[in-house]
Amino acid sequence: MQKRAYFKANWLAYLFIAPQLLIIFVFFYWPASQAMYWAFTLEQPFGGGNQWVGLDNFRAVFSDETYWASIWRSIVFAALSTGLAMSMALVLALFADRQLRGYRFFRVGMIWPYAIAAPAAALAFRFLFNPQSGVFAYLNTLSPGLWNPALSGVDAMTAIIITQAWKQVSYSFIFFLAGLQSIPRSLIEAGSMDGARVMRRMLDLQLPLLAPTIFFLLVINMTDSFTDSFGIVDILTEGGPARATELMVYKIYVDGFQGLDYSGAAAQSLVLMALVILMTFFQFRFIERRVHYT
Amino acid sequence: MADIDIRKVEKFYGKNQVVHGVDLNIQDGEFIVILGPSGCGKSTLLRMIAGLEEISNGEISIENTVVNQLEPRERGCAMVFQNYALYPHMTVAQNIGYALKVGGMRKAERMQKVEATAKSLGLDQLLDRKPAQLSGGQRQRVAMGRAIVREPKVFLFDEPLSNLDAKLRVQMRLEIRRLHRTLKATSVFVTHDQVEAMSLADRLVVMNAGRIEQVGTPEEVYHAPASIYVGGFIGSPAMNFLPCGVSDCGTFAVIDNTSFRLPVDPEIGRTIAGQSVIVGLRPEDLKIAPEANDPNLLTVAFDFSEEQGSGRLMHGRLAGRDFVLHSAGRHHPAPGAPCSLAIGAESVHLFDPTTEKRITVAGAKTGQTGTLPAAFQKTSDVTVSGAIQ
Ligand SMILES: Nc1ncnc2c1ncn2[C@@H]1O[C@H](COP(=O)(O)OP(=O)(O)O)[C@@H](O)[C@H]1O
Ligand SMILES: [Mg+2]
Repeated sequence: MQKRAYFKANWLAYLFIAPQLLIIFVFFYWPASQAMYWAFTLEQPFGGGNQWVGLDNFRAVFSDETYWASIWRSIVFAALSTGLAMSMALVLALFADRQLRGYRFFRVGMIWPYAIAAPAAALAFRFLFNPQSGVFAYLNTLSPGLWNPALSGVDAMTAIIITQAWKQVSYSFIFFLAGLQSIPRSLIEAGSMDGARVMRRMLDLQLPLLAPTIFFLLVINMTDSFTDSFGIVDILTEGGPARATELMVYKIYVDGFQGLDYSGAAAQSLVLMALVILMTFFQFRFIERRVHYT
Repeated sequence: MADIDIRKVEKFYGKNQVVHGVDLNIQDGEFIVILGPSGCGKSTLLRMIAGLEEISNGEISIENTVVNQLEPRERGCAMVFQNYALYPHMTVAQNIGYALKVGGMRKAERMQKVEATAKSLGLDQLLDRKPAQLSGGQRQRVAMGRAIVREPKVFLFDEPLSNLDAKLRVQMRLEIRRLHRTLKATSVFVTHDQVEAMSLADRLVVMNAGRIEQVGTPEEVYHAPASIYVGGFIGSPAMNFLPCGVSDCGTFAVIDNTSFRLPVDPEIGRTIAGQSVIVGLRPEDLKIAPEANDPNLLTVAFDFSEEQGSGRLMHGRLAGRDFVLHSAGRHHPAPGAPCSLAIGAESVHLFDPTTEKRITVAGAKTGQTGTLPAAFQKTSDVTVSGAIQ
């Protein structure tokens, strides 16, 4: 048996975890409790304390058509960016795992985007997506006006989906590659002895064995695209044109800090939180059952 | 005719050469066992036949077709892996039937074949289980079933029994042998276990450090080891080696106070007279002579012993080396008492000290299979007298 050092004085243990607890409290519990407070109260017109209003704020939020539109938009955004990011990451990981020429370089290179902050990535993509001078401007040489995220809502949505997906690719890539490399080599060899070619082995052996990783990344990416897309929207489109890219997180910011409707924004935050919790619950309930853990 | 021809095959990992020019011809329907210590390149050779490892130099052909550039699936080999490599997310039935499914066989026919194979291996009750729900022995059977169901031209086994406990290993060994008798497919079986190798092989290939040391039937390899390496590797406990100087036939050389006479084939006796040789003696070939201190015989005092049930291993020292004798039966020499050893001509293995190869002469009889070694008699006309150096 290994002898463990342990401290008789509990205060020392508390001291050690205090910084972490402090951070969690200041940046998580405190704002969350504030959101709760604001969501169920309303500030009086000329200041002077909040009034308890029950579910009024939520009724207001749900009777707002633009809010329902932002929910729908967020779902589309989450589904498409997650799908795009995960499928690209999977393809890249499969290639990196096959150890084709240069895979060492790509394996490292693929991880770099993860180190880039969302606003910085968005700024770079703002140049790429620029309809006059960006890389995407080539689309306009095919047919004038084909690409213009400043005018077309669909283009703007495409732009933020691509950016979010790009940002998420490296994270998923790391996990996919680790997942692929943890599949024993002899399984793949057994597959090739059994006559399966590369594609067949991917479909029949590697993908099913990656299921736990795929499920994990699905949950993480979906959650992330609901809650962590603010920086991308803010820098690329500011929710425009005509609210076409106003996702739920961005609407919270717009209503709260531009419209100064703290209570409405707080109610929206709680709805967003509930939505993410619900979504994760359903993923575990219905998808995880089909995942095979070895 | 699934014969396999391996010609001057080499394998490099980067600059590191792990297989050095292997030549081997495997007949159709033969059961070949490749035996060697861990890391000697057995698996690498097997995997080059399978197509899982590129062949750096040389050629391998199966059924007279050079397969160097062929994918594993085009070679018609089935392989049983050491860790079984079962697909963990598939049931036993799916595991066994996967190759057939990939090959495009219709479901009804496939299920029929899978069931027949499973039945022959006693797996028919387990078809719906996943590998994680099976015991080690059952997994091993599934791995076998996966290979058998395809009716391959060639079976390749990479230490398939080494993860089983001793009892199961013996049982599976017999089953593999029985299976080979019914299927008659060419088989190449890799192992580091000499007992397994001896009992399975039609022909044994002994490898050492990427080279073939000897190819032969188990009897040939045991009774006429081609080199010091093979002599020491095959047989348990290992062969005793004595570096000796040989005096002329019929005379004694007394060096180091230890001289003795050994019977050898007359032809060989003539070639080695006056030279240095290394004498190999198997512990189980040695008999204790009735007379305890015969000046003409090799005399050893055994100072401790290990009981084996079927006999006793007697350990002593001779010329500064450990010397082992297997004393069969129930009557053993007393510890510490000098014993003279009676040795038959068939049991004397002579090796060249520089090349470390067996010393043979065309037509010589040493080490051939035959009757039990007759005890050495002083009246024997052909002897070599030697002295331990
Ligand atoms: N993929 C590889 N890369 C580099 N060296 C290898 C590789 N596979 C095996 N080797 C080396 O080749 C030698 C033979 O290996 P192997 O054929 O597996 O031995 P065995 O099966 O006889 O135990 C070993 O020294 C091993 O370290
Ligand atoms: Mg091996």
